Amino acid sequence: MTARKESTAWPLRSFFAALWLATATGAAAQTSATDEIAKYRAALQDGNPAELWEARGEDLWKQKRGVRQASLEQCDLGLGPGVVKGAYARLPAYFADADRVMDLETRLVWCMVTLQGYSEAEAKKQPFGNGSEHKSDIEALVAFVTSQSRGVAMNVGLGHPKEVEMYRLGEKIFYYRGGSHDFGCVTCHADEGKRIRLQDLPKLSTPDGAQKAYTTWPAYRVSQGELRSFQWRLYDCFRQQRFPELVFGSDASIALTMFLARNANGGIFDAPAIKR
Amino acid sequence: MPDPMKIRATLTGDTTEVKVLMNHEMETGQRKDAQGKVIPAWFIQNVSVTWNAKTVLSAQWGTAIAKNPFVSFKFKGGAKGDKITITWVDSRAEKRTDEATIA
Repeated sequence: MTARKESTAWPLRSFFAALWLATATGAAAQTSATDEIAKYRAALQDGNPAELWEARGEDLWKQKRGVRQASLEQCDLGLGPGVVKGAYARLPAYFADADRVMDLETRLVWCMVTLQGYSEAEAKKQPFGNGSEHKSDIEALVAFVTSQSRGVAMNVGLGHPKEVEMYRLGEKIFYYRGGSHDFGCVTCHADEGKRIRLQDLPKLSTPDGAQKAYTTWPAYRVSQGELRSFQWRLYDCFRQQRFPELVFGSDASIALTMFLARNANGGIFDAPAIKR
Repeated sequence: MPDPMKIRATLTGDTTEVKVLMNHEMETGQRKDAQGKVIPAWFIQNVSVTWNAKTVLSAQWGTAIAKNPFVSFKFKGGAKGDKITITWVDSRAEKRTDEATIA
């Protein structure tokens, strides 16, 4: 009994000592935790499972599928039919054939419908993957297309009035606060040095912050074992804000993407990346 | 059929470095689904790598290996253009073999 008492007393004491130490060195611990996460990412970059999605996406891009048995190789992502290299760095953009501003995901759905003959519902059926039983073709295609813009500078135009309109709408949503928590994108992403737990939050209203964030999505999320697209990133932000569910490919999702992508102009695209 | 592996094999001096990404769920058997039912364990059990019909790596894995595993190792020997063959077998006896050329 005594022995047991002794054995519990020590860990408790060292716990308080550790607590005191942690408080005293709080600032140092914060930067080193960030450094450690950076190191972790660097260590994993070499074996980024995103490459598995890229490979599957490339395969899907070239495969003849749908009722028309066509591949996506004639899909126009803005630089002409079939041009994938550098296409993502210029999206979202206005497409005259659809008379709409589209991001990559909506454009892929458009191509699956117009070229391959899928219904829109079929094409949008699994926007986000969930394990090997529920793979997302869209996320794989996103991985492939975005990988072809690695090293390219972001260059999103506002040449068409509808592009300007989308950008303004995105800006409005970014600064809009609402929902049960009176929350908005701006609550977390408009100040320097904010973080959630150990994750540093980028200040998305500045070019520097927008570049750092936007150029590293899509990414393989280690904690989920999935490759996540930018549509997913926004969808999950909306969930965290307790906003209504963000509809995949909706104008709201494209507008926010437009706002962030445009703010990231000049940044060198470097994704699919890897995140914790 | 399981999805293919992604393999890179590069020769530096007299050593070949092999990097492999595998596509696998690696279920631990510890997780439960939305209905509270245990998701059965399902993981890669054996990995073997051969070069010129010689085994250069043989591993027995368990549930502690992460989803979509990444393996990197080096072996002495190899020449540019040589083939290496990688095979994994999982706990459902599913199998996947891929080949790569040393660059």
